[in-house]
Amino acid sequence: MAILNILVFPDPVLKQASEPVTEFDAEFKQFIADLDETRLDAPGCVGIAAPQVGRFQRVALVDVSANPKHKSNGYMVLVNPEIIEWEGYKKGREGCLSVPDYTGNVMRATSIVIEAQDADGVMQRYECEGFEARAVQHEIDHLDGLLFLDRLVSRRNDLFERKVYKK
Amino acid sequence: MAKWFMLTLVGEDRPGIVAKLTHALFEAGCNLGEASMMRLGGNFTMMLMVGFDGKSKTLSDVVTPVSESLNLHLHVDEINAALHTHLEPDVRISVYGADRTGIVSEVTGALAESGLHILDLESDVAGSKDSPIYVMHIEGHAAEGIDSLRAALSLMKDRGIETSLEEIDTLIG
Repeated sequence: MAILNILVFPDPVLKQASEPVTEFDAEFKQFIADLDETRLDAPGCVGIAAPQVGRFQRVALVDVSANPKHKSNGYMVLVNPEIIEWEGYKKGREGCLSVPDYTGNVMRATSIVIEAQDADGVMQRYECEGFEARAVQHEIDHLDGLLFLDRLVSRRNDLFERKVYKK
Repeated sequence: MAKWFMLTLVGEDRPGIVAKLTHALFEAGCNLGEASMMRLGGNFTMMLMVGFDGKSKTLSDVVTPVSESLNLHLHVDEINAALHTHLEPDVRISVYGADRTGIVSEVTGALAESGLHILDLESDVAGSKDSPIYVMHIEGHAAEGIDSLRAALSLMKDRGIETSLEEIDTLIG
């Protein structure tokens, strides 16, 4: 096991798209274990993508289950993930291990369906909502060379975001 | 290492203020830090951190020709400051109501007693001249938890002030 070095912007490689995974061998599984150890080493971090540690393959890990109030699929290994359904959108605050000391507001779909292979290459399907859906979209963006900085919306002049009016 | 100064400039709004001012600062070797600038009531207001390796008077002399030509009030303070000292907000509060005196005082007073540390506040008067609406957005840190703030806000409805509170659950990924 190893904690990997996290690349930070303005390192230009974070803006490059990653390649699909084709080999699901022992080395790949070890990499996934190291990647998750790296994620867990960062306080509060709910997701990490392979390009953040300089491996330009389409792999992202998401686990929002540490906070029980988030609806969660638990620990998800997302290899070659595709978002196949989107619904709703909501603004939320994001930060990133690759962009220290800055958080910003980003619009994301509120519920998504994803198809991805797992660490063994077996196709899986996940339905994600809310915070977990946000995390998945943030991580998949990394695989396409996008940072949350590419999707910022203003922190100011927001409309009311009340979902339900309460008397 | 350069010292930090806080520059405050206020004056009648017109296009080009930021470009002219920052050009003068750049030419003088200044490094800009965090800043907040906006148009308030037809005035343009700027507060910006300027890193400068010199005296307050020297910095004033750099800016004064520009601020005078643009008819801006200028204030320069040397400050104890550093970058990368952000506090993350964990709550966002929106407030609105028919405009009257005392809304900000009542709302922020109740919130302060309930542990809110305001990190960012912006407010506006909308509606019409005859029936203005006051709108305010606050981001802050809830030192005593969210429930305490909710309780404080629940008392505002009877005073004609609509409020909503949303936790800011910052995603780190």
